[in-house]
Amino acid sequence: MASMRDIKRRKSSIQSTQQITKAMKLVSTVKLQRAKGNAERSRNYFSCMYETVGSMLAKAGTINHPYLRAGASERKAVIVITSNRGLAGGYNSNIIKLITRGELKKEELDIYAIGKKGKDTLHRYGYTIKEDYSDVIEEPAYADAMRISAQVLKAFTDGEIGEIYLAYTAFKNTVSHEPKLIRLLPVEAAPEEQAENGREGKGADNRAPMNFEPQEEEALDMIIPKYVTSLIYGGMIESVASENGARMQAMDSATSNAEEMIGSLELQYNRARQGSITQELTEIIAGAEAIS
Amino acid sequence: MEPFTLRIITPDRVFFEEPVEMVEFNTTEGEIGIYPNHVPTTVIVAPGVLTITQEDGQREAALHSGFAEILQDGVTILAEIIEWPEEIDKERAEAARERAEGRLTSRTPETDVARAETALHRAMARIEVLK
Repeated sequence: MASMRDIKRRKSSIQSTQQITKAMKLVSTVKLQRAKGNAERSRNYFSCMYETVGSMLAKAGTINHPYLRAGASERKAVIVITSNRGLAGGYNSNIIKLITRGELKKEELDIYAIGKKGKDTLHRYGYTIKEDYSDVIEEPAYADAMRISAQVLKAFTDGEIGEIYLAYTAFKNTVSHEPKLIRLLPVEAAPEEQAENGREGKGADNRAPMNFEPQEEEALDMIIPKYVTSLIYGGMIESVASENGARMQAMDSATSNAEEMIGSLELQYNRARQGSITQELTEIIAGAEAIS
Repeated sequence: MEPFTLRIITPDRVFFEEPVEMVEFNTTEGEIGIYPNHVPTTVIVAPGVLTITQEDGQREAALHSGFAEILQDGVTILAEIIEWPEEIDKERAEAARERAEGRLTSRTPETDVARAETALHRAMARIEVLK
């Protein structure tokens, strides 16, 4: 059995770790509240954006627009959103698994990394890191998303890449987050079923047909970049919320694990203490008997 | 006149959501004014002044980019950048205008003309709203 001093030392080390995890949990709880608020406030914009683009594409189904078909290049861009800091449970590794175990081939990928953890790990695995925007994830701003989407879209229109994907963690609620890989470009036209329903449904949603000014093709030219930007921004906002949620959970279980360990060490310590007292007593009594 | 709902949404907040009588702004096809029961249309916003007419008067804002979905019973503007006059820093806008004008007059082959023009339009929209 370990000595009393060893147990005591171990216990105090776990105690100080527990203090750290507890503090980290509190910090990420506060950050989570803020990030959650942001995510909820911006959701409005995205659902509107999604609907508009969806209805445009349903109508523009026959249009042959560069944004609607894959480019000639074999290369694919993936925008990978992870965090700059670790200790967030499976948050970062789930995103990386999505890429390494998915159907995308390593040799064809250009990684646009947002977040240091993802960048470092993918780099180690031998992926091509095209750009690194890790500093924006601290305070995601819409202007950052605009910058990133402009750069990726330029590579797309220049023919360097044929498809664009986004890997991020969708925030469902505080305890449930889902890593997702979605295709940004070419835009997937709304499922045919929906479009059919719209046409057959005798004006079911009593909407007159939508006009576009300028014409659809030009309008797509301007709206698709905004659509991509908003998805990137949405991805960043949701990922930040998920990161803090994941960290909060991880730190919560770390704190309670520490609690458990401290409990069992306490028990060991008391046993060792009792053992040493008993031994001392036996020795004293034995000594006294020997003298008398 | 029957008012209709104008919703202006930006990526980080709902900027405006109230019944209005008329709304005017700049599009890529020119200036438009929208009354209720407009033909459903989607337009692309160009930098300029957004004027909202309500029962009790007019309000203005600087609208820079985005697009608008006009339906018969309401208008939704998805604005990437929009500001109320009180949110605009006048000196910064003036400085931006001078910079953009400078870039456009002393044009070199490397000048990003489109970017300078957008910057100029934005600065002018901001200054216009403050007047």
